[in-house]
Amino acid sequence: RYYGEVGDIVVGRITEVQQKRWKVETNSRLDSVLLLSSMNLPGGELRRRSAEDELAMRDYLQEGDLISAEVQSIFSDGALSLHTRSLKYGKLGQGVLVQVSPSLVKRQKTHFHDLPCGASVILGNNGFIWIYPTPEQKDEEAGGFTTNLEPVPLSDREVISRLRNCVVALVTQKLMLFDTSILYCYEASLPHQIKDILKPEVMEEIVLETRQRLLDLEG
Amino acid sequence: EDLRVDGRGCEDYRCAEVETDVVSNTSGSARVKLGHTDILVGVKAEMGTPKLEKPDEGYLEFFVDCSANATPEFEGRGGEELGSELASTLYSVFSSEGTVDLKSLCINPREHCWILYVDVLLLECGGNLFDAISIAVKAALFNTRIPKVQVLEDEEGSKEIELSDDPYDCIRLNVDNVPCIVTLSKIGYRHVVDATLQEEACCLASLLISVTSKGALTSIKKVGKGSLDPESIFEMMETGKRVGKSLHVALQKILDEEESLGTSRQKVGFLG
Repeated sequence: RYYGEVGDIVVGRITEVQQKRWKVETNSRLDSVLLLSSMNLPGGELRRRSAEDELAMRDYLQEGDLISAEVQSIFSDGALSLHTRSLKYGKLGQGVLVQVSPSLVKRQKTHFHDLPCGASVILGNNGFIWIYPTPEQKDEEAGGFTTNLEPVPLSDREVISRLRNCVVALVTQKLMLFDTSILYCYEASLPHQIKDILKPEVMEEIVLETRQRLLDLEG
Repeated sequence: EDLRVDGRGCEDYRCAEVETDVVSNTSGSARVKLGHTDILVGVKAEMGTPKLEKPDEGYLEFFVDCSANATPEFEGRGGEELGSELASTLYSVFSSEGTVDLKSLCINPREHCWILYVDVLLLECGGNLFDAISIAVKAALFNTRIPKVQVLEDEEGSKEIELSDDPYDCIRLNVDNVPCIVTLSKIGYRHVVDATLQEEACCLASLLISVTSKGALTSIKKVGKGSLDPESIFEMMETGKRVGKSLHVALQKILDEEESLGTSRQKVGFLG
């Protein structure tokens, strides 16, 4: 189970839409809370949340949507309060989610990585890893709420599938997940076919190579 | 394009592990691990009276138990519905003539025959239950050893059944015609073989076909609340036959390899 700290990045799924907040599932003991006032709304930063905003909550986030957010504070009962008051957080579009144990995600300065192989990854501290194709333009007018539903090209999908299998391989061999380890694992897996990475022998071989390179990096 | 989330093509199976003879007090047993799906099958041969309409044949009885450890939904009696659905599918798959040689299970017509009780235990549920169960049942039937019996007639006419003294003297079943189930799940416009739990959640309808090693279909069943176009059903059947044949070949290879290792092979068992 994930025990939250203030300032952690999490990836969660909306389970309920309530009066002035959303309930988000983040693999912790209690569902986390995303208050309407902690959300970026179009029209500027300092707008007062009105009654119409409450009624339009469902237009922004529905049950089943995935979001990336930061932990703002912790309630007395242990539930986390999330906020998305930055343009880099918000609703997640097309991509692949991998659920791992929270203890395997290394705490770093930043958890949003654009890997050079052509995909981006969000390493949520709660163990939810989100792999998605790197967006071309970096400007977001709507504050991260519009989802791009265009079909993802095959080359991007291959990269994402390979990354997903690499993450699963690293997790099975209990290696810490951070951008360098995922990248090294991706490079070590290139000679194999994507679906072969999940075979036990190939998995061991790739992770051994990754471990070796990481040791060389340190030493 | 032929690419799924974990890199497999639409007709690729996940890595499967098959092991036979894992339970010592059964006539035959097998354990199959297909990705996260874990199935244990035990076959027990017992003596009984044949059915009235088929007096010179033995028969098979299936029972599927969904263990509460498999997924949280199976807690208490939640798994019973799924278990009975799986059992009835197995009955319909094995109902056609020629799948198992039932006449060899007969000892005395109208009086004694072998009844094979096939018990399936779901240890872990990770998608694609039907395929894994059918593979495990075939492996367990391959591994089943039924002791040879002789019927002796007494002077008064009462029959006595004598078990042969040699514990290795037994009859094996011919599993060449035992079918395997191939599940084809329809996702969007394509259909995939061996769906994971996530893929099953996206699929509205799937077709279960049971294929023998020669490519003959013994039964077809449609599950799910979506509808299937007749053309796509035809396509799915062709895919299923192709995939089923290669599945049989691979399974037979593994079973023969295991058999050739004999008693010297290391058993992992189902606790390891």
